[in-house]
Amino acid sequence: MSNSKYFVVGVFEEEDAVMHAIEEIRGAGVKIHEVFSPYPIHGIDELLGIKRSRLPKAAFAFGITGTACALTLMIWTMGFDWPMNVGGKHNIPLPDFIPITFELTVLFSAFGMVGTFLTASSLFPWSKPVIFDERITDDKFVMAIDLAKNKRSKEELVQMLTESGASEVNEKEV
Amino acid sequence: MHISSHVRPDLVKGGKTLHDVTQDISRHVESAPNKRWLAAFAVSLLLLSYGLYNLYKTFWFGVGMWGLNKTVGWAWDITNFVWWVGIGHAGTLISAILLLFRQKWRTSINRAAEAMTIFAVLCAASFIFGHMGRPWLAYWPLPLPNTFGSLWVNFNSPLVWDVFAISTYLSVSLVFWYLGMIPDLATIRDRATNKISKIVYGTLSFGWTGGAKDWSRYEAVCLILAGLSTPLVLSVHTIVSMDFATSLVPGWHTTIFPPYFVAGAIFSGFAMVLTLMLVTRVVYKLEDYITLEHMETMNKIIILTGSIVGVAYITEFFIAWYSGVEYESYAFINRATGPYWWAYWSMMTCNVISPQLLWIRKLRRNIAATFVISIVVNIGMWFERFVIIVTSLHRDYLPSSWAMYAPTSVEIGYYIFSFGLFFTLFFLFAKFLPVVNMAEVKAILNSSQKHQQKTYLKATEKEHV
Repeated sequence: MSNSKYFVVGVFEEEDAVMHAIEEIRGAGVKIHEVFSPYPIHGIDELLGIKRSRLPKAAFAFGITGTACALTLMIWTMGFDWPMNVGGKHNIPLPDFIPITFELTVLFSAFGMVGTFLTASSLFPWSKPVIFDERITDDKFVMAIDLAKNKRSKEELVQMLTESGASEVNEKEV
Repeated sequence: MHISSHVRPDLVKGGKTLHDVTQDISRHVESAPNKRWLAAFAVSLLLLSYGLYNLYKTFWFGVGMWGLNKTVGWAWDITNFVWWVGIGHAGTLISAILLLFRQKWRTSINRAAEAMTIFAVLCAASFIFGHMGRPWLAYWPLPLPNTFGSLWVNFNSPLVWDVFAISTYLSVSLVFWYLGMIPDLATIRDRATNKISKIVYGTLSFGWTGGAKDWSRYEAVCLILAGLSTPLVLSVHTIVSMDFATSLVPGWHTTIFPPYFVAGAIFSGFAMVLTLMLVTRVVYKLEDYITLEHMETMNKIIILTGSIVGVAYITEFFIAWYSGVEYESYAFINRATGPYWWAYWSMMTCNVISPQLLWIRKLRRNIAATFVISIVVNIGMWFERFVIIVTSLHRDYLPSSWAMYAPTSVEIGYYIFSFGLFFTLFFLFAKFLPVVNMAEVKAILNSSQKHQQKTYLKATEKEHV
């Protein structure tokens, strides 16, 4: 296939080793495709230059939408569409609207944010992921470098990875 | 030099490596079910089928099959509903509130606790459908347009708030639980050897790869979900308590209800988590993950919430007398000395006295004692709801309406149904899904730090000798 990509894949045994390797390899001006780990590593975002996620903003936007929907629904149905006399209470009793407004805010915010996350990271039941190494989800830390996006040769990259502490270096065509 | 506290014991024992964690947890998903599991599952299916027969009787013949009467219109059903919802508070509390407080010990129990939460809320929901009388019209409390009826729902009603609270809680907890499971499902996918599990766990794991960018987003999402779930979990039992507190029935009409219900919910939820975890750790040989420290910490939370509940009982009683309201005072004196005195004193013994035993460190760290107390607490919490609901109703304003309530076999069967449902779901979960959050446990196994700690410990030990 002409549009296949070629990756050099470094496998590391320890969190510290891969962190150190990221610093070295990025320092040498090599673009890293992605680093994979069995658990979230703290501080890896800064090393890899990953920008802070905008998901909190999405969560806020969805939450506000939920608040607005809840209030609109209750004010419209009880105050305008079919006003009822319930024990002589006001037709738009705002304090009574607090629980449902809160619940719908949380509901919209949670579902909206998680939906955005799954879409952004393309996590769907039918997703066919590229697995660089099957041991990533077990105990290995893996760094993948896209050959086409770097000017260096394959041999150079392999050597770099080995020198920076990779226990094995593999190649993968996707 | 960096010195970390050496007073605190390791969260995971046995010097596990990352691979050991994967092995210890995935093993149970990958192996064929053993005889003990099959036996336990068969028993829960038996309970479920006996329960379903009673469910059929309730739905086919109506709630007339129950022991309710004109005076006591709410009894067994709502007692069980509140009891199960209360139990369903621990999971999200552990995963959300303890996440915000950075309590790392929660990592080995949060998965199972969250699963338990979801199953408990489903059991609670089954009682809502049952008590409606005409469960096929269960969509009526939803705000549906006029074509479904002549009116909208009344948003002043706490019962409508409850519909929103319970369904939001159930769905958000489900999302939180599932999202946390995605990385672990990917672990099982990558280890799978046969085609069917490859396809099943491949689908369930949503194509998770463990990339740094995905982890970064994942952590942001989990933190915000925790932030959202914290007020949510507190709101749910608050709103459940308002089902009673906003009425004018003496014994229900109390402003203390929301905090008192929330404390009671955490109390019974933690007790149920302990009951289940103490069994799971033995059956699955997870003693290194669910340690005595976990048990002790949870027991401390049980003392705290149990004491809050105890203080609430006494405050209620005091205020009933201090208010000078005859009806209110009578409701409380009747609880303690009336025909249902045995329920009141069972509640007092189980909920107020038994958790106080946990002040003794030996009992907090004793598995058998904790197991017994955890069950006693849940019996007590069941009686609490029974006392609040039945004793407040059975003495109506007019003595001519006074009545007694006793459950029928159909109601007891309905309760058995909820246990059957709960255990069937829990056993399925324990067999087919990872019971411990592997990714999070791996994250707290920072081996280099542990090594440093050990050398430091050795050095100080020598100094002391």
